[in-house]
Amino acid sequence: MKRWPLLSALLVLAAIHAAAILANRLAPYAYDEQNRDCVYAPPSRVHWDGTRLVVYGLRQEAGGGYREDPTRRYPLRFLVRGRLVGVDPPGTLFFLGTDGFGRDVFSRVLYGGRISLMTGLLAAALAVGIGWMLGTAAGFFGGWADEVLMRGSELFLALPWLYLLLAVRAFLPLYIGPVQAFLLLVGIIGGVGWVRPARLVRGVALSARERPFVLAARGFGAGPAYLLRRHIVPFTLPVALTQASVLIPQYILAEVTLSFLGLGVGEPVPTWGNMLAEARRFDALTLHPWLLAPGLAAVPVLLGYLVLSDTFAAGGSQQKY
Amino acid sequence: MRYVLRRILHGSLLLTGVSVLTFAFTQLAPGDYYSEMRVDPTVAPETVDALRHRAGLDRPWPVRYAAWAGSVLKGDFGYSLAYGEPVAPLVRERLGATLLLAGTATLAAWLLAIPLGICYATRRGWQEALAGAATAVLLIIPDLLLALVALLAAVETRWFPAGGMASADGSSMGVAARMEDVARHLVLPAGVLAIGMLPMLLRHVRAAMRDAMDSGFARSARAQGIPPLRLLVRHLLPAAANPLVSLFGLSLGGLLSASLLVEVIMGWPGLGPLLVDAIMARDMAVVLAVALLAAAFLIVGNLAADLLLYRLDPRIRAGK
Repeated sequence: MKRWPLLSALLVLAAIHAAAILANRLAPYAYDEQNRDCVYAPPSRVHWDGTRLVVYGLRQEAGGGYREDPTRRYPLRFLVRGRLVGVDPPGTLFFLGTDGFGRDVFSRVLYGGRISLMTGLLAAALAVGIGWMLGTAAGFFGGWADEVLMRGSELFLALPWLYLLLAVRAFLPLYIGPVQAFLLLVGIIGGVGWVRPARLVRGVALSARERPFVLAARGFGAGPAYLLRRHIVPFTLPVALTQASVLIPQYILAEVTLSFLGLGVGEPVPTWGNMLAEARRFDALTLHPWLLAPGLAAVPVLLGYLVLSDTFAAGGSQQKY
Repeated sequence: MRYVLRRILHGSLLLTGVSVLTFAFTQLAPGDYYSEMRVDPTVAPETVDALRHRAGLDRPWPVRYAAWAGSVLKGDFGYSLAYGEPVAPLVRERLGATLLLAGTATLAAWLLAIPLGICYATRRGWQEALAGAATAVLLIIPDLLLALVALLAAVETRWFPAGGMASADGSSMGVAARMEDVARHLVLPAGVLAIGMLPMLLRHVRAAMRDAMDSGFARSARAQGIPPLRLLVRHLLPAAANPLVSLFGLSLGGLLSASLLVEVIMGWPGLGPLLVDAIMARDMAVVLAVALLAAAFLIVGNLAADLLLYRLDPRIRAGK
């Protein structure tokens, strides 16, 4: 098994998460800072003028577009005012253009990543946590606990995932603050998503219960607490980890989808989903394609987690033989 | 026959369970349609109580569930407060649109996935690596992004209509012209859905085919000189069919979820936009009806897959 795909995936994921965490240092602007004279400005071009990196001033044209004005030059300044890079006003630095309020899309993608990535991680932790506990209990103890879990989980699986998510969201308050909305999203996604990990863990715990080393330990008089701690929980660890690596990207997308539909975290706090909602109007999309940037930002994250889960799954299948 | 009956009974029990759960959830949610009146100082609390009594909202929820379930069985899904009309005809029209979209996309995806997957399974070396990379790329593109880009492409090239299910002057066309119009509108959303489904299907088709190809019976058949095409059609495909039929049932849920998103983005008048609008308008009768229909769709699809598997796989027939 070659190691470089896994290592590079981990590197990419670490870099993106670090970028989101350090958004307040890396982003040239705050997420809600508006430049009303630069609405829908295209991505800034950085030029080399012989001694330093500069951006040109923007001049608004009659038709609504922008043109660079090479007579006004603003040097890029690094590590000033606690930010990695910026230019002095009235110069502007928009790596990915601006949106309809003149807010810097690049900065908002970084800040938005905080919420989108955090939702994925926390919701997956919640879902795998609940699923792991219930699945282990059902698989290990069997009997009525197992029956209840399996029948109950079928109810959750009978609705398509997104419909289920929306149906649960429908019965909760619509207009709430960003923090409550974030917690609500984590709660809904994790609370609805525990079913799959629970069923998988249950299957593994069921087979673990009949393994010779568990039977032997039981024969020596080990109680359920010892068996769970020493044998069953470690035995189900790989499947729970694999599930987590499958679920995190799925839940990042769930947050993006819900916020995109206007049912998640709302303006002005950015998430990748509510930023994409602006790209939904196709006049905006054809004229300002840089509004798709938050969607593209999700791609390397998904790729990283795909490689991760494929590696885990391959490791799991090797372990069997 | 007993197996079939048991599966059908199981499916209907499941549907009943889902309906109880969703209905109970609407009742657990704080407040109802009349709660806002309580805030209004010009309306006496007795009036609100009287209104709630007239609407039957003061009865315990199991009683109300029974009344609701009874009318659903008669095909009456209640009354939409946002649209001001009964829910049933509203939902029926939307269900048709979703079925058309989802059905076309499923058909297209499977018709592509089976030959491509067989091709993929038989390749080794760099061709296999290339196909693997291509499926991985398709797999990581979010449906949301794919739909937005497709919309962008449609607007830029004007090859396909961007959004909607019919042209504005559709009602004045003849039947044939109208069908063609809908078909033209269908290409883009169905294409996006099919491409979204394809990589997952490809991976499974390949895995199932590889399993069949590597098994002992395939090797012995090849050794006896059975020609490759006959080997594929008569021996490998039936052996690979079992996991794929189960996958068909399982993939329906993912398809419907993706379809919801594509419908909203592309303005396809299916169940998805109806559900989102109903949530925004707090239109619980519609939310309930859509959730129930989505569950019914999924359960029927899984039932169909189970029954097909029963027909195809003698081991299940003998085992049960």
